[in-house]
Order: sequence, then C-alpha cells, then structure tokens
Amino acid sequence: MLLARLKSLAATAASIPITLLGLAVVTFFIGRVVPIDPVLAVVGDRAPADVVARARIELGLDQPLYAQFWRYLTDILSGNLGRSVMTSNTVWEDIARYFPATFELATLAILIAALLGIGLGVLAATRQGSWVDQAVRVFCLAGHSLPVFVLALVSLLVFYAWLGWLPGPGRQGIVFQDMVEPVTGILTLDALLAGDWPAFWDAVLHLIQPAGILAFFSLAYIARMTRAFMLAELRSEYVTTARAKGLSSMRIVWRHAFRNTAVPLVTVIFLTYAGLLEGAVLTETIFGWPGLGQYLTVSLLNADMNAVLGATLVVGLIYVVLNLMADLLYRLMDPRTR
Amino acid sequence: MSGHSPGSPMADAATATAAVEPVSDAAPEAALAPPPPQPGAAPSRRDWLLTDAPASRSQAAWGRRYQAWLAFRRNPLAMVGLGVILAMLVLILLAPLIATHDPGAQELGNRLAAPSAAHWLGTDELGRDVWSRILYGGRITLGMVVAVVLLVAPLGLLVGCVAGYAGGVWDRLLMRVTDIFLAFPRLILALAFVAAMRPGVESAVIAIALTAWPPYARLARAETLTIRRTDYVAAARMTGASPARIVLRHVMPMCLPSLVVRVTLDMSSIILTAAGLGFLGLGAQPPLPEWGTMIATARRFILEQWWVALMPGIAIFSASLAFNLLGDGLRDVLDPKQR
Amino acid sequence: MSGPSLESEPLVAVRNLHVEFPSATGVTHAVRGVSFAIGREKLGIVGESGSGKSVTGRALMRLLPGSARMRADVLRFGTTDILQAGEREMRALRGGRIGLVLQDPKYSLNPVMTAGAQIAEALRAHKRLGRREARDAALALLESVRIRDPRRVHDAYPHELSGGMGQRVMIAMMLAPDPELLIADEPTSALDASVQAEILSLIEEQVDRRGMALMLISHDLPLVARFCDRVAVMYAGQVMEELPAADLHQARHAYTRGLLECLPSLSERRDRLPTLKRDPAWLAPRA
Repeated sequence: MLLARLKSLAATAASIPITLLGLAVVTFFIGRVVPIDPVLAVVGDRAPADVVARARIELGLDQPLYAQFWRYLTDILSGNLGRSVMTSNTVWEDIARYFPATFELATLAILIAALLGIGLGVLAATRQGSWVDQAVRVFCLAGHSLPVFVLALVSLLVFYAWLGWLPGPGRQGIVFQDMVEPVTGILTLDALLAGDWPAFWDAVLHLIQPAGILAFFSLAYIARMTRAFMLAELRSEYVTTARAKGLSSMRIVWRHAFRNTAVPLVTVIFLTYAGLLEGAVLTETIFGWPGLGQYLTVSLLNADMNAVLGATLVVGLIYVVLNLMADLLYRLMDPRTR
Repeated sequence: MSGHSPGSPMADAATATAAVEPVSDAAPEAALAPPPPQPGAAPSRRDWLLTDAPASRSQAAWGRRYQAWLAFRRNPLAMVGLGVILAMLVLILLAPLIATHDPGAQELGNRLAAPSAAHWLGTDELGRDVWSRILYGGRITLGMVVAVVLLVAPLGLLVGCVAGYAGGVWDRLLMRVTDIFLAFPRLILALAFVAAMRPGVESAVIAIALTAWPPYARLARAETLTIRRTDYVAAARMTGASPARIVLRHVMPMCLPSLVVRVTLDMSSIILTAAGLGFLGLGAQPPLPEWGTMIATARRFILEQWWVALMPGIAIFSASLAFNLLGDGLRDVLDPKQR
Repeated sequence: MSGPSLESEPLVAVRNLHVEFPSATGVTHAVRGVSFAIGREKLGIVGESGSGKSVTGRALMRLLPGSARMRADVLRFGTTDILQAGEREMRALRGGRIGLVLQDPKYSLNPVMTAGAQIAEALRAHKRLGRREARDAALALLESVRIRDPRRVHDAYPHELSGGMGQRVMIAMMLAPDPELLIADEPTSALDASVQAEILSLIEEQVDRRGMALMLISHDLPLVARFCDRVAVMYAGQVMEELPAADLHQARHAYTRGLLECLPSLSERRDRLPTLKRDPAWLAPRA
C-alpha cells in the first residue's frame, strides 16, 4: 500500500522536470521561428556588419541548433531569461516586479469565485430541477460564453462612468501614487503594513472591478462542477444514513455531502486558479493593471521576444506547480489516500 | 469481414451504444403496439422510423437518429441554441443581400452615430455601418472557427487513437507532448505563437489550432483504450487487418460521437480566443470587420458612444452562448456517460 | 403513550400504502396497497429485488427521494401520523425512535468521517451530550456490539474497517439514541457468509435486550423465517401473504410456495431446481 503510494508520488514528481523541459523546448522553438532577427533586436537596425557578426557569435547563433538549445536551457536554469529590449531590465527583474500585482488580483478573484461558486453549486444541487437550478445553469453557461473584455468594458461603463461607485482603470488613485513603500509588492498588504488606511481602502476599491470580473468566469466553472459533484454525493447511501439518523438538512448537506466533494473541488479550484492567469491577460489590459498579463501583451505588441518567452515560460511553470500542489493536497485531504 | 464495407457497421454500432437509452425505454410500449407495418401497407414515415423491427440497416440507423432527435427536441435550451446558430448561418451566408451598407464604406460626416433607421446599429469611428460590419465580421469569426476545427479535430483524433491503440512507448511519448501543451494556459500560448508569426487571421487560426488539439487527443485516447479491448477489434485483428486499418476503420469512427460533443462545446471557447486575439490586436487586423478587432477600436469611445463597442460584444456573446447551449444538449443525447 | 393501549395498539400501523415514482417515461408504481402492523415483535419482509420491500421500509421514515409520491389510509408510528408530521417531528422520529441499518457499510458510512464521529453525531442529534460524554457513549456502544478494540475502531475511517466491522459500527450508530424500532434493510447481503450469522445474532441480541421491534427486510426466505416472529411475503409492490414464521412450510400462496420450491437442499437430492412461474392474476388489485 505505502510502497504503491510512494511510487505514484515519485512518478508525479519525476514527470515535472520532463514537462518543464518540454516547456523550454516549446518556447525555444517559438523563439527560433520568429521572423524578427534577434541580433538586430539587440544591436539595432543600422549597426555595421561586423558588429552584427560579433553579436551573432556572442548570442551563440552561429552554433548548431542543439548547442543553442543547450545554452538556452542552462541560461534558464541559472535564472537568466535574457534582457527585455523594451524596459532594458532583465526579464527576470521585470517579472518579479509585475508578478505581485497579478498575484493579488488572481488570489482575490479565486476567493470570490470559490465562495460564490460553491454556494451557487450547492444551492442548485439541493434544489435540482427547480427554477433556482435552471437559473444557475443559465448563469454558468453565460459565464462560459461572455468575452472577458466585453464584460470588463460594460462594467467600467456602468460602475465607473454612469454610477460612479468605483474608480476607473489603474491600481491606485493618483493621490496615492508611489506613497506606499513596496515591501511585498502586494499593494493592499503593503498599505496595511504601513498602517496607511486611506491607501488600503483606495487599493481595495481599485481591486473590486478587475477581481470581480476575473472571478465571474471561474465562478461559473466552479459552480458547475460543485453542482455535479454534489448531485453525485447527495444520491449516495451515506446520505440516506445521515437522514435516517435524523440530522438537519443543513448538516447533511454541509457536514456529509459537501465534505466529500471538498476533495475533488480543491483540485478544480487550483486548476481554475491557474486558468485565471489567462483571463488576467485581457482583464489587466482593460483595467491598466500593471501585472504579468499587461507586461505580456505590451511586450508582444513591441515584439520584445525575450520578455514574451520569459513570461510565457514563467506562466507555464506556475501552471505546473499549481497542478502539482492540487495533486498533493488531494492526497493529503482524502483519508483514503493518506 | 471483407464481405461488406467494414467502416459503416462499426460506425453504426457506435451510435447505437451512444443512443440506446430512448430505444429501450420505448420498447415495452412498442411491444404492445400493432405489429410493424407490412412493406405494402404504406406506413407513415414516423412509424417507419420508430419501428423496433427495422427491415434494413439504414432504416435502423435512421430510426436511431430520429430517436436522438426526439430526445434532443425535448431540451428547450438546446433548441434555442440550434435556432440561433442556424439563424446566424443564414444571416452570414446572405450577408451581401441583408447588409444595408458596404462594410468598408466610410462616411466621416456621420461618425459614431446612434442606432437609427438608416444605420440600425449606428456607425463606428469612421462612419461605417455597424450592422453590415457585424454581418461580414461573422464570416471571419465563423470561418476561423471552422478552420480551427478542421485542423484540430483530425489531428487530435489521430494522435489520440494512435497513442491509445499502439500503447507502450508511443503512448507515453505522445501523451507527454500533449501534457506539455496542456501545461500552458491556452490564450497565453496562442499569444506566444502569434508573436512568433505575423499578426493576422491565418496566424491566429494556426496559433489557436496549436493550442486546441491536446484535449481532443486525450479524449480520443481514452475512448480508444476502451474500444481496443472489445471483441470486434480482436476479431478484426484475427482476420489479419493491419493496425492502420483497424485504427482508421474501426477505432476512429467509434470516437466520433464524443468528439462531436467536444467540438461543439469547444466552439465557444475558440470564438472567445479568436475574439480575444483580435481585441489584443494580434488577430484579424483593423480594416477587417472581425468582432474582437471592432471592439478594440471602439473601446476608446466606450464612455460616450458605448453602443459601438457593445454591438459586436453582443454578437460574440450570442454566438458563443448558442454553441454552448447546443453542446450541452448534444452531450445529454449523444454522450450520456459524460457529466 | 398510555399503559393499557400499548397492548392493543401496535407500534406501526400501515394500511393501503401506495408509493409511486413519476419519471419521463411514465409512473412506476413501486408499492401498491400494502397493509401491515408491527407490535413489539420481529417482522420479516421477504421478496425479490424490485418487489417494493425496501421502499416500504423507507416510507415509514419518509426517506424516499423527493420525486416519490406516497399515500395511505393509515401510516402511523406510535401516535405520530407519518403522512402529516412536520419535518421537525420526522427528524425526531428518524434515528430517535426508528433506526435504519442499510446493506453495505462500504457505501452507507461516510468515507471522510471517523466511525466514532459518526456514532457521536447520531447521539448528539437526539440527546443533549457534551463532546466527552458523546465519545464515552460511542466507545461503550462499540463495545456493546462486540468490537474487541473499541478505541482503534472509534478513530478509524470506514475504509480501514472490514465489512463485518463496518456493519457493527452501523448498528451501534443506529442503536445509539435507543430507538423503538429497528429497520434492517438486507443487513447481511453484502457481507461474507462467515460474518452474516454473527451480525444477525448481534441484531437479535440487541433487539431482545432493548425490547425493540424489528423489521427485517431480506430476499432470503429461510433466514427471515429463522430470525423473525412473522413473515410478510411481497411481490410486485403487494403483500402476497402474511403468516407466522413457524408456519412458513404451510404457506398457501403460490408465490411463497414457488419461492420455497426454488431453494436447494442439502438433505434432499434434486436434479434441477424448478424456476418460479409467475401468475399475472397475483397482481389483480385486492380490496
């Protein structure tokens, strides 16, 4: 038993370097087929021929492909993702600077999505077939069908322009710009650490819209999965046992059925969390949110390939790590796999 | 095995297992009904379709399709989805007849006009008619979707079936490649691919296709693994059929029903990714009336002339919702094993 | 509950119970006009699968799925009218006065709660008990169902218990609030033959000691005859025949006789077991 479990854990762990190697291969090849000459990107269009030739050798582009790949791989492993042409920082520095904003946004979004999604899913499952269930189903389908950027624009129009309830794009008001000492890079947390309540409140207000919109899409998925899991559990025998014991329906739903869906739900939530990175690209673009998504699109439009590939690689890495964490949590939470 | 065409009976068997429920439900009722009409008795078409003693294989196949259709028709949301898709197809195909204006004709004196009798959905920042642009834009969007599906479904099917049927090293290798592609969020990988090519409709299609095939491969592999163990595949193997023939003629057709469901559900996601690329300026380029691109240019006027950006948004939403509704209904009918 | 009426009034009274399940393709009539009564005794309900015996048992606790339609002239437990009782009243009845032992502990115990927690939960649903008291009571109950190492079982998850052990936990859980009636729905069918007898004798012992009534639902005619005072034979949602268990060999109804004929015997040599012949006339509605 134990041996088999250790074996499967080892297999999961062993698959990670292979997947990461694969990620590197993909980004490497995307980098090679790019029509922009990486040499010209570094030395500029009007550089004399001998400078170009020297740069070519310096970048290792005269080497055969496998040697180039080896160099690329060792660079990545030593944390060298190259230099961004646009910001002239190393890509790694840029990512470290932009990542906290995305992390803040995505984390708040997943919290909203998990709370509301689980609530709606459980509600729909306990009232299967009723109008509540139908409404949740339509709501979920709408969540799958709405383009993020359309919803974001509509939200800006309504809550910012018409109602004036929420601030417009950006991460903080002009008054608070650069007022808070960056410690973690997570603005709400930094403002709290500094004890600056107005700045904290301002940051929260700016978070509500992008986080709410980002949450909406994961919410639909989480609600749908929760409903499906709950329906399966509510039909099971131990729920009959719980009812036969004379427990209240609240207790049956939450302590019994929901506790059993919690294990697969954790996986779903982690995968959704990873998927939020995708929604973040569009949401951040619209809300002028200085995160990884915006960094990625701006680099793309400026053909800054080092930045694009570095960010892509990092996102892929986060994805893999989150998957692994979901897997580990699953093993920890389910008494049957402990 | 060589006596009749080997492809079709297996395909029929596939649909039979997928759609068997309504047939067996109706069986006791049919048993009480009068005996199947005699060939000469001119039965109604409905009776011919619903008989439980079909005279030919094609009658059985059509009967099964009719049963599936009856089950599908009971789902009002799915019918709405189908209706919207058909209506959109008609509008798009007849765009030259229905459009009130030339989608490219500029009228700078009448920029950003509100909806009116002359311009049903208003005009954009160059005074072009939004209604006509949306109609023609639908051709681009749906064209991209069809192109992606045509690229992706056969590729995913082939990879999945080969991996599932061959097993061993091939399976591990192909699935590892699949996993690597699944390790990127779809839009972000598509962005990286587009960045490596030149922004435009073709690169968007290729980029989406490159990121969309892995789930199909996974699905086809899972199906293949179960089909592989069936007796009729063993029988085909014993008659000396080559692995290629077995995969092409016996395994692949069996994977089709679940693949169709998956494609329909995926349509909406492809529409959204295509529009997202367009919105970021990496898909169809500005003069083209692609829906996402239209929103990107109209975005600047969202606070004042909000309808200009909203109209293409509604178009994207309806198209993608319609495919989701249809896919949801199809899944209930064709693929009851899935959630 | 006054003294004198206890003798005359049965604990459970069911008259003309009907249960229907509407579905897309039509209505399934699972129970059609069943009547019986249970006093302080052991009643066995026998029938093949689909005969409506489990549905009848669950109807007594109103534990049917939401889609089920239920009607009866009388459906009473003690002085409670089950058809009219409010949800609060039913909850006090479920577990508190009627216990239900299900077939397979692998599915009927919650996989992510320890055995002890599940027993304590049943206790605390009906009695005011602190955490400590509930734990002690649960350990005592585990001991009373002849579990040798109550502490280990108390902290074990269901998947760590054998089938027989799981069923003991189930019984302890259902006995916890001291119910007056125990409904055992095929309590041994999922267990190894070697533990079946132990579990049944455990149920018998507990029922006798606590002076409870027992409703034993099973497809196993000889087993029911051995453990029960009376036997009701069900077929297609109706009671075919009801008789004292001791008189089973004198059963009159063709269906009961048919069931008895089908049994293999060690003492008698037979070439081939007869198959049961069903008579559509059995299904005729009866007054």
